[in-house]
Amino acid sequence: MTDDLERRLTEALTPGTALDLARVHDRLARRAAEDGILDVAYGTYDSPLGALTVMVTPRGLVRLSYPGERISDQLDELAERVSPRILEAPERTDSVRRELDEYFAGERRAFDVPIDWRLVRGFAGDVLRATAQIPFGTVSSYRDVATEAGSPNAYRAAGNALGSNPVPIVVPCHRVLHVGGGLGGYTGGVDRKRFLLRLEGALAPGIDR
Amino acid sequence: MHLPPFETLIDAHSPELHRFLVGCVGPTEAEDCLQETFMSALRAYRRLRHSDNLRAWLYTIAQRKATDAVRRMTRRPTRELDGVDPIAPPEPEPMDDGIWGSVRGLPTKQRDALVHRFVLDLAYREIGARMGTSEEAARQNVSAGLRRLRREVAR
Repeated sequence: MTDDLERRLTEALTPGTALDLARVHDRLARRAAEDGILDVAYGTYDSPLGALTVMVTPRGLVRLSYPGERISDQLDELAERVSPRILEAPERTDSVRRELDEYFAGERRAFDVPIDWRLVRGFAGDVLRATAQIPFGTVSSYRDVATEAGSPNAYRAAGNALGSNPVPIVVPCHRVLHVGGGLGGYTGGVDRKRFLLRLEGALAPGIDR
Repeated sequence: MHLPPFETLIDAHSPELHRFLVGCVGPTEAEDCLQETFMSALRAYRRLRHSDNLRAWLYTIAQRKATDAVRRMTRRPTRELDGVDPIAPPEPEPMDDGIWGSVRGLPTKQRDALVHRFVLDLAYREIGARMGTSEEAARQNVSAGLRRLRREVAR
């Protein structure tokens, strides 16, 4: 039975109800960060290599991804392995984005932002920490980083670890090449690897290895 | 158990939660209530033990925030009369937006049930699921709310 009252109830609620979702979202992200209940924040960064997604925790940079990697899959992984308290909050990634600006402008040779290593475990972590020590403008080999990580013969496993580097560019897996000098593979594709090595002056502009 | 990233909850549930809150507390307070709902939800999210009905969980929080807001709104006039008549219980002030002003003066369960029914157009079974009651109790809350409204409107 629909009477006059019920009709009024269904009709009455239209004006003045528009929701400014962006405002709610931004305020939420800011307050959550202030209250220490935002565990993962992310934002995008427009780099010469395309739009990167920067994901940070209070401990530091946890993930940096190239375009083409599915953001939703990465956020799911972070939800499971770090915390589901994840919000898009670009301003929380500003220190990383600033350092990337300086790096791509040729004004920064090493990154100072701390790294949150929670996405890497075991040998892969040893390999990536060894990789983080390779200086700007130089290159190393899969065998050398495997040796540095304590297992000289595990260079294939080292290659796999580098291929799953959650923070490329900042942990410079692009500086690891084959012993013979071949470029090897790269998470973001070998063209990006070449670009980064040229930017750092580790690869002469004309040479196409 | 796997919880989705909190960001996805905001995208998925904001518009409907907001309409629910507009029904419960009016357009002026609804956005703040939504904000507080998400803050409380985010605070508790990491410790949540189940992920099967996140929508119902969000509505439980939103209902609580709406009730808090209505309580604050009805108290405000008595606070201004501080010292004059502190013992008098606050009368719910019907807000000046027609029939929904009267809905907001109803007991919480009746109010929430009417909003679910007439703003979100939900079936009784779904209303019960969101309010944590049976389908029958949801039906009774709606009809009790309507009866009471009819009396007030006729007055």
